[in-house]
Amino acid sequence: MQPSAIELFRSSQTHSAIQFRGSLRFAQAAELWAALRNVESSAVRGETLDFDMAGVERIDGGVMALLACLRTELQRRGVQSEFVEAGPAVQKLIHLYGADHSVAVLTPRAPIGLLDQLGRATISAVRELQLVLAFFGQLVISGFSLWRAPRSANWSDLPATMERSGADAVPIILLINFLVGLAMAFQAAAQLKRFGANLLVADLIGIAVCRELGPLMAAIVIAGRSGAAFAAELGFMQVNGEIDALRTMGIGPMRYLVVPRVLGLILVLPLLTLLADVAGVLGGLVVGVWNLDLTIRGFLNETARVVSIWDVSSGVIKSLVFALAIALIACQQGLATSGGAEGVGRRTTSTVVTTLFALILIDASFTVFFRVAGL
Amino acid sequence: MSAPLIEVADLTIGWDGRVLLQAASFVVEQGAVFVILGGSGCGKSTLMRHLIGLEFGSGRITIEGEAPDQGVTARPRFGVMFQSGALLGGLTVGENVALPLQQWTNLPADAIGGIALAKLRLVGLVGAEDLLPEELSGGMRKRAAIARAMALEPDLLFLDEPSAGLDPVSAVELDELILTLNQQLGITFVVVTHDLESIFKVGSACIMLDKESKSIIARGDPRSLRDSSTDARVRAFFNRTHLPVAA
Ligand SMILES: Nc1ncnc2c1ncn2[C@@H]1O[C@H](COP(=O)(O)OP(=O)(O)O)[C@@H](O)[C@H]1O
Ligand SMILES: [Mg+2]
Repeated sequence: MQPSAIELFRSSQTHSAIQFRGSLRFAQAAELWAALRNVESSAVRGETLDFDMAGVERIDGGVMALLACLRTELQRRGVQSEFVEAGPAVQKLIHLYGADHSVAVLTPRAPIGLLDQLGRATISAVRELQLVLAFFGQLVISGFSLWRAPRSANWSDLPATMERSGADAVPIILLINFLVGLAMAFQAAAQLKRFGANLLVADLIGIAVCRELGPLMAAIVIAGRSGAAFAAELGFMQVNGEIDALRTMGIGPMRYLVVPRVLGLILVLPLLTLLADVAGVLGGLVVGVWNLDLTIRGFLNETARVVSIWDVSSGVIKSLVFALAIALIACQQGLATSGGAEGVGRRTTSTVVTTLFALILIDASFTVFFRVAGL
Repeated sequence: MSAPLIEVADLTIGWDGRVLLQAASFVVEQGAVFVILGGSGCGKSTLMRHLIGLEFGSGRITIEGEAPDQGVTARPRFGVMFQSGALLGGLTVGENVALPLQQWTNLPADAIGGIALAKLRLVGLVGAEDLLPEELSGGMRKRAAIARAMALEPDLLFLDEPSAGLDPVSAVELDELILTLNQQLGITFVVVTHDLESIFKVGSACIMLDKESKSIIARGDPRSLRDSSTDARVRAFFNRTHLPVAA
């Protein structure tokens, strides 16, 4: 782009024109744009700044789009601007890009204040909770109708769900809980050694892992793995129209998609929780033997002595509720997806965040309830 | 051959203050091939979603005297092919076609498989039954979706742009299939299409929607509309010409 390709002509105090010359190519658009910016910035409200196209040999679509955009902006500032002296070919292109029409002005969205945003966020959080509860109601209803007509359920999805959410998650759950048991025992070891209460590490790990950490860590892993997967799967099906297609075939997404997933998680999470308990205790055992001079037999005997059936089963009971919460929130969020690939991403994120929050809340409620009930 | 099958009265469609279609009324006769026409974005697919009960506007829609409602899970009274096909991505093409049969009939698995194959043959998809939807081209997906829509032998079929994305030969075959099903089996069709050739070949009645006026701007037999409509917009559509530039 030679600098001489555009030139400003001032024909009167308020009337000027930009003369375009030669061949205007999109490849030189950046320089042209900079030059135009330089020239047009002097134009103020009430003036006229026309685009004189008489000297143009060629102009391509990209440059025309830029000129159309510039004209829109000028008009918004109150500067009159028209294309003048254009040859027939250029005229056609001007028409194609709508640059000869009166300008539609986009109204910018008003920014939203902080308090306003806070209020909106609160309302939408309450709304989400309502939706999840309503969803639970629908699930219970389809559960009952399935009870009466078990043939109409989609049982074939159940084993696949259990394999993907259960079997495939075993290694990561074992690893994480082993490491959690290990880290916790290490933290405790220093303290316990000072009091000579080395054996108590077995009590601490046994109780803490079985009652709290095993169920919670297993649920968190499943929320991240399966919860996100459910939301993404159902969300994609929703935006792809598959859910609508199911409806038109008289197949409710509740029984066809949601029930197998909820049931699958409820069946596998307690088992995963038991595995998590074992892995956590093993983590503690390693520290006990290696750092606290305990024997394997001594550690295990102490664990078996203090950890009651109730300690383990209360964790398993919790895990049932965790499983229900994860599957419910994930499926609800998935089916509520709209807005293409971006919508799926948004729903997946919100599923993980909401589920983690719900898990912590449920866990705390259980702990308080068990304490108060003296269990 | 002339009892009203679908009746639409005063249907208004819109979202938060924006109206897409204002107070539309029309009737689809039993045995018709009813074509919904209009430029893209004028609300044809949306109108179809209302007709099949996936969305609700104000006004009244009845099919055989009853409101379509996809909230209840009952054996569907009609088949639907969506614009994108909307095959279930986790199932093969054959399983997709078999799905409604598994759900709503007591047939044994081998019979269901046989029916699914026959339906796929009908739409020219021999040998595709074990492919996943992602392995099909756009046109093949549509045909598979038509096969699925026909699985339960409905006497009413909704097709959203069935021939868009098909090669001309397949499009002609599809038209012939529609005509055959319509004439031999008396199936009523509601078809959204842009394909002029197909409109004149199979359409027995049509309505044309318009984005600007948010209403039905023409109705009746497509051939006579083409030949004798006085509305410039309608003539422009049928003759593939520009609208005269508005003054
Ligand atoms: N849920 C919705 N909310 C808001 N606008 C919508 C919604 N669904 C469709 N629309 C709008 O309705 C218009 C018509 O869409 P559609 O029926 O797909 O057109 P057609 O099938 O005639 O090409 C589009 O402008 C689209 O943006
Ligand atoms: Mg459409």
